[in-house]
Amino acid sequence: MRAAAPIDQAVAVGNDVHWIGAFDPDLRSFDIILRTANGTSYNAYVVRGSEGVAVIDTVKANFSAGFFRRLESVADYDEISTIVLNHLEPDHSGALPELLRRATRATLHVSHQARPMLKGLFDPEEFADRIVSVGTGDVVGLGDRQLEFFNTPYLHWPDTQCTWLASEGMLFSGDFLGCHYCDERLFNDAVGDFRFSFEYYYAHIMRPFRAYVREALELIEPLPIRTIAPAHGPILRDDPQDYVRRYRALSKSGLHNTTAKTLIVFYISAYGATRRMAEAVAAGAEFASGEVGAAGEVRVSLYDIEGSEPQPFVDLIEEADALMFGSPTINGDAVKPVWDLLSSLTMVDVKGKLGAAFGSYGWSGEAVPMIEDRLRRLKLRVPVPGVKARLTPTADEFAACHELGRQTALHLLGRATPRVIDMSALV
Amino acid sequence: MPKANVTFQDIGVTVTVPAGTRLIEVSEKIGAGITYGCREGECCTCLTKVISGHEHLAAPSVLEAQVLKDNLAPRHHRLACQAQILGGDIVVKPA
Ligand code: FES
Ligand SMILES: [Fe+2]
Ligand SMILES: [Fe+2]
Repeated sequence: MRAAAPIDQAVAVGNDVHWIGAFDPDLRSFDIILRTANGTSYNAYVVRGSEGVAVIDTVKANFSAGFFRRLESVADYDEISTIVLNHLEPDHSGALPELLRRATRATLHVSHQARPMLKGLFDPEEFADRIVSVGTGDVVGLGDRQLEFFNTPYLHWPDTQCTWLASEGMLFSGDFLGCHYCDERLFNDAVGDFRFSFEYYYAHIMRPFRAYVREALELIEPLPIRTIAPAHGPILRDDPQDYVRRYRALSKSGLHNTTAKTLIVFYISAYGATRRMAEAVAAGAEFASGEVGAAGEVRVSLYDIEGSEPQPFVDLIEEADALMFGSPTINGDAVKPVWDLLSSLTMVDVKGKLGAAFGSYGWSGEAVPMIEDRLRRLKLRVPVPGVKARLTPTADEFAACHELGRQTALHLLGRATPRVIDMSALV
Repeated sequence: MPKANVTFQDIGVTVTVPAGTRLIEVSEKIGAGITYGCREGECCTCLTKVISGHEHLAAPSVLEAQVLKDNLAPRHHRLACQAQILGGDIVVKPA
């Protein structure tokens, strides 16, 4: 078994590159939404060049003391010329203000997107002339070696970047390619089996930003990477490309037919009224597909929400282009299984998908506007007003459902007739 | 009261609105694809491309101008939670 990291000492991870992070074995949940069965680590690094020293990321504030002691074991504060923060979340920026105070010669390098966020961490006036914002292709020299930046937004914060040390083939990837896994043996060829942590981290942190993951991979895949040094979890020096390939596989679309648009109608029904409305909505969507002909095909699926746990539906939703929800109104609200599903959608990217709602009701009918509101807040587009029907839907109401499905499908195919309305007609 | 026509290109809807309305008030109601975060002109989530008629929007406030600059917003882009409609015909879509 390999030795654990010595207390208060930096650990060499390459030529003149040291790990100076912290272990947090007692943490059991991260950012409220993530479980961390054996804790996590906050990885920070020091890179020494012939004419300067760079510190890449810091640690969560309450681990600052150990971080500074590890840093002091390999560098003097006066030598530090560069500080890089790959994103500003508190688990990595906790020791930043103090580091800036101690390393008085150092310039902070953050992404352009990070700049306006700095005022949340400290008074930017205090270090005003020591902050530089950078983007893809920008470099900072350390004499005989240099750091290069890649702007990789939304992985998982808007300001995320990756930092590349070409001379070592080392990518400081921030949270990207990281995981919450605390093991003092530090390297992927020395620690325990952390595959589940890696997958779990991707699913909860990166998956909602799948399109951005793919963009970042375009930048990262061509690099001759020998080591990935993420901000959490093991340092990936044994077959680092394997992890990059895994991200590529995880971020791919799971649907094989990529030309047809996908529209899913979800419903739940107490007495069958909402169910029959759902069938009319689905038939309307199919009808639109036929109308447009070869120019567009919409694949329509109909699911009873009661028939499954939310998770498999979330997988379907991730790949779908339009989502329609049918719920009865009971006690002035949509029913719980509908909310359970709608509250699971932050796990995937739904921004810009089309949404719509419908449902039957007894005497009020709040479910439809409430669902529409939730869909808008989730950043879906909701171009076609929903349909409510009292108790047993009439022929006209079924026709309205058919039209709701049809119009939504036409929107999906870019064939909707432009509408002109007056603001006063909007509620 | 003077009126204006705002077209939300991504959903193909034109809305006739009274002058003084903010883009957010209309776009949310009709379910256009412009998305909102803080709603207070800070987060830049609601960045919107003004395809035509940008001169019919009130000039950005100091705060809005700063946020647009910080986020490297291209020309003719506005924050939909801030931009106020003055009149005429305006066409917008999410940035
Ligand atoms: S919603 Fe945050 S700036 Fe408009
Ligand atoms: Fe983070
Ligand atoms: Fe993190």
